[in-house]
Amino acid sequence: MRVMTQVAMVMNLDKCIGCHTCSVTCKQAWTNRQGTEYVWFNNVETLPGQGYPRRWEDQERWKGGWERTRSGKLRLRSGSRLKRLGNLFANPDLPEISDYYQPWTYEYKNLTEAPAGDDLPTARPVDTITGAPIDKIEWGPNWDDNLGGAVEHGPRDPIVEKIRDEVGEKIRFEFEQSFMFYLPRLCEHCLNPACVSSCPSGAMYKRSEDGIVLVDQDQCRGWRMCVSSCPYKKVYFNHSTGKAEKCTFCFPRIEVGMPTVCSETCVGRMRYLGVMLYDADKVAQAAAVEDEHDLYPSQLECFLDPHDPSVQAAARAAGITEEWLEAARRSPVYDLIATYQVALPLHPEYRTMPMVWYVPPLSPVVEAVAASGHDGEDAGNLFGAIDAMRIPVEYLAEILTAGDTDVVDAVLHRMAAMRAYMRRINLGEDRDETIARAVGLTGEEMEDMFRLLAIAKQEDRFVVPSAARADAEALTETHPFEDPGCPVAEHPDRVMLNLGPTRRSA
Amino acid sequence: MTDLLLWGVLPYVSIALLVAGTVWRARYDQFGWTSHSTQLHESRLLRIGSPLFHLGMLFVVLGHVVGLLIPQSWTDAIGVSDHTYHLIAVGTGAVAGAAAAAGIGLLVYRRLKVPAVRRATLRSDHLMYTFLLGAIVLGLLATILNSTGATGGYNYREGISPWFRSLFTLSPDYALMAGAPLAFKLHILFGFTLFALIPYSRLVHMFSAPVKYVFRPYVVYRSRGLDKIPAQRRGWENTR
Repeated sequence: MRVMTQVAMVMNLDKCIGCHTCSVTCKQAWTNRQGTEYVWFNNVETLPGQGYPRRWEDQERWKGGWERTRSGKLRLRSGSRLKRLGNLFANPDLPEISDYYQPWTYEYKNLTEAPAGDDLPTARPVDTITGAPIDKIEWGPNWDDNLGGAVEHGPRDPIVEKIRDEVGEKIRFEFEQSFMFYLPRLCEHCLNPACVSSCPSGAMYKRSEDGIVLVDQDQCRGWRMCVSSCPYKKVYFNHSTGKAEKCTFCFPRIEVGMPTVCSETCVGRMRYLGVMLYDADKVAQAAAVEDEHDLYPSQLECFLDPHDPSVQAAARAAGITEEWLEAARRSPVYDLIATYQVALPLHPEYRTMPMVWYVPPLSPVVEAVAASGHDGEDAGNLFGAIDAMRIPVEYLAEILTAGDTDVVDAVLHRMAAMRAYMRRINLGEDRDETIARAVGLTGEEMEDMFRLLAIAKQEDRFVVPSAARADAEALTETHPFEDPGCPVAEHPDRVMLNLGPTRRSA
Repeated sequence: MTDLLLWGVLPYVSIALLVAGTVWRARYDQFGWTSHSTQLHESRLLRIGSPLFHLGMLFVVLGHVVGLLIPQSWTDAIGVSDHTYHLIAVGTGAVAGAAAAAGIGLLVYRRLKVPAVRRATLRSDHLMYTFLLGAIVLGLLATILNSTGATGGYNYREGISPWFRSLFTLSPDYALMAGAPLAFKLHILFGFTLFALIPYSRLVHMFSAPVKYVFRPYVVYRSRGLDKIPAQRRGWENTR
């Protein structure tokens, strides 16, 4: 057993209201610069829809992620190492800017500086890359938001195409018959990252302390293999610096025990951050299991129980501190993934072992039940509806369990049971243990799960151990404040690194 | 005097600039060390032009190494006649040279015609492309002139090659170059200027060919390693 630590995220999709606050605050923090105009480390997609970049899930086209060879080994989908080196001069799988969108701004100056006259001044759209005026904006980072234009664009969603081809049922985009939910996406900080594995320069790496995947900006040579090899299309090419950039999981904040910007600013409070302990020796094998449906259970098996004394002993031997072990025991992410098993990985079939997991939304089912005039919070009604509404379940299974609808069914049943169980409590009725038992949980667990999913406060949603205190002391030794290169040197009496009070503790 | 400067001094100045610039850049500007790819803006033309140019250049360089470093006496000794040698050299050289020229032609056309790529052109590119294009065109021109007999049957293996080899012994036989045809002379001057430009332009990416990739494990782990943060100032401006 080789114990490693990872700061992971879970998102409860039922609570995402699609407000894009996470995307905007992330962009303000990280990518509001020249060269990254089109880059959204975090974005929110409406599903069904094509996503950003367009049709990113179409791995036939982009060759992202891993594939299992006939001999049972893992190989990047983009081919052998030598093949990738042969493609250095021109990467055949690289998305172009138009696959993301042509970034634009408006000539706002016209509005404020136009001379007084009879005509209203206009602010024309301008391409931010070339500076040329654009006649008609035809695509954006979020063009099909809330199913806008879904009649035209929806059928081009790769998952919609797949379900049509395999299940033979068409997903409808007519207003009354459609379903939708939001999917906020950021880098998955995978246990078996394809981007890192494809980087010819060795500039990309996974941090051994917290599992955050980063690009060393000094070592990146701009070969662009990471951009195409990431199946989630979450590594971007900065066209100004000529280097790759990606979601940093806000590591400067994580290091001092603060949540990422997207998590902290989430209006729906649907994000959870916490430590996962995993056995690094198991990862390669778990990612190479033959049946794609086994990938979710095999990843679950990589995770270690932080309450298990033998795991704790092995973790201590591996140099993991008590603070991290304590955080691992209190990890909301571990509870949602392993204890209650309501969170699922995004596209496990890419075999990257992603570490941002999702609680699938029950809302398409609840809404359909309620719309048909039935009680949308009755356990029996919901269970029946989950079994009857194949299309949303098939769709969720395609994105979260490599198409295994049984797992999605089980999770949705658990969510539906929690709804029904808690409704009785809220109405002052007796606790109905049979509801909990029907989905393999106790009433107590059900209430705990409810607290975590519905009303948890920040300190319970974000349990991030601080790595900063010891580091800060080491840092002031190597980087004294008198150093002219130090950005806080100008007012050493006023500006300090933001430590101490911001750290969240139990 | 001019001969001494051009063929006895300039090559060393060029190589000194190349070495010093590369060392400086490696130490202070790792962040700027990239190919500055523009594939994000335009892929269709690049996918033809770039491999054509790069692979063509690879063989062109190989051809130069063979032609300049292997003395005629060696090929004579193994029984390769002058005629056979030139047949092979011009034959393979023409293919490689044509590929490189067609590739760079397409790339330059793309750089001028695609607005986003044009905007992404760096200041150093103007100078670099001038000398790169110049060197390739002059090289092709010299080869054509020489093989059509326009240079009066000049044998570069008796003039340019021995001079080039004498550079390595630090006793440049610059007088050998006096008799070379003008096209060859210009090609060499453009070539040495280009060498000097390598570390100061995007050409520097040629030194980071990722050979090690074939041998390393797929996933790279690194510790946060605070002790490894360099305390010295970087070579570019601080952000404001």
